[in-house]
Amino acid sequence: MSIRLQNIAKHFGTSRALEPVNLDIRDGELIGLLGPSGSGKTTLLRIIAGLEAADREPAGRILFGDRDVTNLHVRDRRIGFVFQHYALFRHMTVFDNVAFGLTVMPRKSRPTSGEIRARVHRLLEMVKLEQLANRYPAQLSGGQQQRVSLARALALRPEVLLLDEPFGALDAKVRQELRRWLRHLHDELNFTSVFVTHDQEEALELSDRVVVMSNGRIEQIDTPDTLYRAPTNRFVFEFLGDVNHLEGSVRDGVLTCGDARLAVDLADGAEELLLRPHEVELREAATPNAHMPVTVTAISPVGAEVRVELEADWLGEPWLATVRHADYERLGLTRGMRLFAVPRRWHRFPDELSTTKPKELESA
Amino acid sequence: MQRIGDAPRVRRLLVFLALAFSALFLLLPLVAIFAQAFTQGVGVFWANVSNEYTVAAIGLTLFIALLTIPVCLVFGVALAWLVTRFNFPGRRILQTLIDIPFAVSPVVAGLIYLLLYGRTGWLGSWLDGYDIQLMFAWPGILMVTIFVTCPFVARELIPLMQAQGSREEEAAVTLGAPGWTVFRRVTLPNIRWALLYGVILTNARAVGEFGAVSVVSGAIRGQTNTLPLHLEQLYQDYNTVGAFASASLLAFIALLTLVAKASLEWRAARREVHA
Amino acid sequence: MITLATRAGSAPKRVLPGFGLSLGISLMFISLVLLLPLTGLFGQLAGLSLAEYWAIITEGRVVASYTVTIGAAAVAALVNGAFGLLLAWVLVRYEFPGKRLLDALMDLPFALPTAVAGITLATLYSSNGWMGRLLEPLGFQVAYTWVGIALAMAFTSIPFVVRTVQPVLEDLPHEVDEAALTLGASDGTAFRRVILPHLWPALVTGTGLAFVRSLGEFGAIIFIAGNMPYETEITALMIFVKLQEYDYAGASAIASVVLFVSLALLLVINIWQGRFIKRLHGGAG
Repeated sequence: MSIRLQNIAKHFGTSRALEPVNLDIRDGELIGLLGPSGSGKTTLLRIIAGLEAADREPAGRILFGDRDVTNLHVRDRRIGFVFQHYALFRHMTVFDNVAFGLTVMPRKSRPTSGEIRARVHRLLEMVKLEQLANRYPAQLSGGQQQRVSLARALALRPEVLLLDEPFGALDAKVRQELRRWLRHLHDELNFTSVFVTHDQEEALELSDRVVVMSNGRIEQIDTPDTLYRAPTNRFVFEFLGDVNHLEGSVRDGVLTCGDARLAVDLADGAEELLLRPHEVELREAATPNAHMPVTVTAISPVGAEVRVELEADWLGEPWLATVRHADYERLGLTRGMRLFAVPRRWHRFPDELSTTKPKELESA
Repeated sequence: MQRIGDAPRVRRLLVFLALAFSALFLLLPLVAIFAQAFTQGVGVFWANVSNEYTVAAIGLTLFIALLTIPVCLVFGVALAWLVTRFNFPGRRILQTLIDIPFAVSPVVAGLIYLLLYGRTGWLGSWLDGYDIQLMFAWPGILMVTIFVTCPFVARELIPLMQAQGSREEEAAVTLGAPGWTVFRRVTLPNIRWALLYGVILTNARAVGEFGAVSVVSGAIRGQTNTLPLHLEQLYQDYNTVGAFASASLLAFIALLTLVAKASLEWRAARREVHA
Repeated sequence: MITLATRAGSAPKRVLPGFGLSLGISLMFISLVLLLPLTGLFGQLAGLSLAEYWAIITEGRVVASYTVTIGAAAVAALVNGAFGLLLAWVLVRYEFPGKRLLDALMDLPFALPTAVAGITLATLYSSNGWMGRLLEPLGFQVAYTWVGIALAMAFTSIPFVVRTVQPVLEDLPHEVDEAALTLGASDGTAFRRVILPHLWPALVTGTGLAFVRSLGEFGAIIFIAGNMPYETEITALMIFVKLQEYDYAGASAIASVVLFVSLALLLVINIWQGRFIKRLHGGAG
């Protein structure tokens, strides 16, 4: 089921949690709401669920498919909601937790207890917890609790599944596993999902499209790929990964910063360039286009890459560069070594006009 | 693990002081009550307890407690639900107001009811026109008892429900549960022990209230005498054994209250270890 | 979809059910039980001129009762502060046989009806009681003096201190102790400089509540007090005496003073506690 938000805003008392926001989510999409804490992402999710009411002024609308649910109580919206710390009913067994939604249906439409049992067991099988049906939530690990809360939310076969920081409280390995599993479940059962996260890696890995938010505003909506390669503004760029800054003044196509020089095709004036760590290449000699001497101050091999910290007189803050293990060995990197940094590419966001107007999503 | 005050000498001294103080200050009076009640043997004790006026006082006391508890229960649950599950202007004030009965002297509590519902009060004189007399009769005793006991249930529930938060109830609502079902199936199982303890405290206070009741009861032997008032009269009449026989009944209820509290806490601690 | 259509008219103002019902019950109860009776008191007071009111509340015997009540309550609160802290400390920090029993015993004064406490203490400390027999030859007269009043007050209010300090002490992580000890502090210094600052708010709150309770206590005191005018007469008893004389105006005037003082103290304690919670835990607490 598609979800359409029109002009949705939210104040808590006098403080503004959400500026008027528009958002279209296609049927069957998996959308990540990404932002730092206080960016309004959880508020937005809770408004979609109906756990929070949007401001009446300006009057916004929420549509699920063709149906206007703006004034519909959360009870009647028929969404599945997975809470941040799972909110499992601690006095009920795993089975009773999952069965709850079915057992509270009006008597007329409620399945028989046999049907409920069968359905709950199917769900527990799906989340691989059939052995733990009679345990209490406190006797489960974090990952197991998370799966129970998913099964509970899916018991009523909602067409919309909303998840608030679903993997926030889990350790890295379990998180990886559950992410893959959620993606799989989403593709198989074909519901529309929206999840909130503050972890850019999680958002980029899991989502069809990512909604980046800050200060109650949507900064950009795009596929993970576009988002990473073509951020529309500085906030998005900085939030999605580590950033190196280069500030200097441009004259006759050369940017100068202390004793560092870089050929750029920009007009004269003060400039600030931004580079990702993997966009910094390390060489033993300067190139005709770049003369940027640096000293290696720290080296840490992390996974497939080696992270190298660089310092120089002309740098206000140290830079971070990532190099492949092969290059690391070829260069024979050691601490205190003097090298030259050569940008492969760089980004600039000369004016921040783009961040002041809310982004709208082109539909289809 | 090394902690402050762990040195054996310090520990022994402090534990000794605490035990000595408690024995002298708390345990001795408790023992004295029962010792006094039985100084002249079980027979005299029984005669005192089964005395017609004592039986009437016991009956009235239980009757008042029985009526007080459901009223306080409904109010306590409603208030706790209100202030822990919703945010609205005036929430803080409501929470402060509920403490009033704890701060007000029982005599003052009795007095304000007497002034309102007594013959000279504006409501009392109006009721008098219909021949309804609340003061110096059991309804007056019931009203002041409700006044002094009403915070107990709410005070037990509010911190607990605040700590538990409303996530589970929200989850129940997203799963389509209607109002009463949310309360009955999600909230109630989580608060039942606190609720029970609130009731026990309410009962203990309702049974033992003295100051407020003595102002509004009129203390007519066999009619408006509760057990605490009855034992006061016996004590003033120099019937010490009789007074302590009644006192021992009340002390017994107090002991039951302590046992109930200890076992509820033990239960809660065990559940935590389990979790 | 039919249900959707019918419900769509009303906006989902609150997610959880029962706001109207619980608000209705709470407001009705608070108005009828807590606030309405106060109008009787104000009605009675309105019949007094300011001069008459002043004359009643400053009459010599009444003023003497304030002195007795406040003095005894202050002594009781201080004694409770010290022993309450000791008991809470022992109950939280040490393991010893009978600890559970001691813990349960702490609530006795709350559970025991005040009149029962009153006649028991009076009997124990009278000249032929168990304690009186021991103390009187030594020259300590407890029953029928202000010492007895303070004793009864301390008895009824000690749980306030113990039960306020105990949870705070329990929540104190053992790293706090360890940090102080690794920095070379002696036990005494560590307690004074590290533990006590954490306990202050709870200790002052508990002692304050004990003091407020003592100011209003009646049942536990009147039996042991002796009730001599100007000597051992507490304010709550003054109100009671005026009522027995059918002097409703006099009783109301004195009651209004007691009521005002205890509510003001309660408010101060609440505000003070709120500020401390904010400081220790941050945010709106």
